[in-house]
Amino acid sequence: MSGDLQDRNRVVITGVGLTAPNGDSLSEYRANLLAGKSGVVPFETRYVKQPVLAGVCNFDEFRYQKRKERRRGTRAGSVSIYCANEAIQDAGLDWGNVSKDRVGVYLGITEHGNVETENEIFEIAQFDYDTKVWSHHHNPRTVANNPAGEVTLNLKITGPHLTVGAACAAGNAGFIYGLQMLRLDEVDVAIAGGVSESIHTFGIFASFASQGALAWNEDASKASRPFDVNRNGIVVSEGGAICTLERLPDALARGAKIYGEIVGYAMNSDAADFVLPVASRQAECVRLALKRAGLTPDDIDIVSSHATATEQGDIEESRALKEVFGDRPSLAINNTKSFIGHAMGAAGALELMGNIPSFEDRVAHATINLDEQDPRCELRQIVANRPRHMEKVEYILNNSFGMLGINSVVIVKKFPQELGGVYA
Amino acid sequence: MTPPEIRQVIIDILERIAPDEDLSNLDDAVSFREQMELDSMDFLDIVMELRKQYRVQIPESDYEHLGSMNSTVEYLTPLLKDA
Repeated sequence: MSGDLQDRNRVVITGVGLTAPNGDSLSEYRANLLAGKSGVVPFETRYVKQPVLAGVCNFDEFRYQKRKERRRGTRAGSVSIYCANEAIQDAGLDWGNVSKDRVGVYLGITEHGNVETENEIFEIAQFDYDTKVWSHHHNPRTVANNPAGEVTLNLKITGPHLTVGAACAAGNAGFIYGLQMLRLDEVDVAIAGGVSESIHTFGIFASFASQGALAWNEDASKASRPFDVNRNGIVVSEGGAICTLERLPDALARGAKIYGEIVGYAMNSDAADFVLPVASRQAECVRLALKRAGLTPDDIDIVSSHATATEQGDIEESRALKEVFGDRPSLAINNTKSFIGHAMGAAGALELMGNIPSFEDRVAHATINLDEQDPRCELRQIVANRPRHMEKVEYILNNSFGMLGINSVVIVKKFPQELGGVYA
Repeated sequence: MTPPEIRQVIIDILERIAPDEDLSNLDDAVSFREQMELDSMDFLDIVMELRKQYRVQIPESDYEHLGSMNSTVEYLTPLLKDA
């Protein structure tokens, strides 16, 4: 970590756009996280007979998109366009004079294309599987770069774009990729984060149900219960969180407001199992991010946990966190999925953003639905059910892990207000 | 279907594939592209909708007949006379 304000390797967050099941802006989302308001609701999905819950977003698709663009594109594209436009507006960028060839779009996704493929199969099934009615829109909708590509079409960005396929570690991965491209001087502005349209595929619900990992509760708001002894699986959600990232000297030169500095990151692989996580590799990932940031575990104030409310996932992450952070009581560990469910490719990005305002209010939002903590999740610092006031919040560490054993960690530092930081 | 009915079918399709367009002043004698933002993927949507709704197969060599409303209705009238 450098103290040099002209260091072009320093990367800061200068704009935020998001849509979550409980809020379509950072302020609304944060207010609902502090108020304990869930965004999980009953949801209809094709074919699946059992009742299903999901985190559903209610942003206005047509705020930044023509109806025709929406018809041609995908829900993930629409989520991305909304979030990217919101982030650029929030960043105060003089968009007309920004060199569009120096803007890159890097969006984390868990999966892409399943929604459109399922829709087309459903459609041709009405025509006795006549593939002549298979849409010519299928390929441009299902190519893996679709959500990022739709952002470039909408905003006339001519720099590079791609999606980062990283299962449920994708939100962090989008930020990491954007940061790396800024450090390589490939771009001057990185539009980075994570998005998900996964609730519009029946397959994700059916697959988690077959795995015994799909959550259900008569009260939808109580269904997502990470670390709780009565948890029964994942609530699938849609959403997106996209930030504008810039090199610190560039941000300072234009007088940008700065939400925080990404001072550390790491990604690694379990190399062990398709779905089951490994605590020791997660702990290695956290330690690597701390090392790169020049920090020790004692420097971290809030850990935004990944826990999805699956049995082994919660236990393994608890082991990893205990191994790295011990029982230090001044640490707050929280979980955003307890409010919004698991937003898949957007999860890591949304969860980090939900915690960023803690730099201002010094409050760690809660982990709701934690009525009785699973004794196998031996963490004493979980912020249970009510927000916790903190003495200081200087560093937030965000975990995001995914299938095939992909782990990611991002550490954000508060930026001093006298130098351009948003938060006092 | 009669030519006026066919015209209405095309209007309904255009409203779906070009939802931002105002079709109330469409000039049937002028090409669609001169009056609307339509590209090749949109024309394929017209072909696809006719295929789905009426099982009409329009070979690629006949796409040129779909240039304007008048030419489209004229081309489709014999194909849809029993529809």
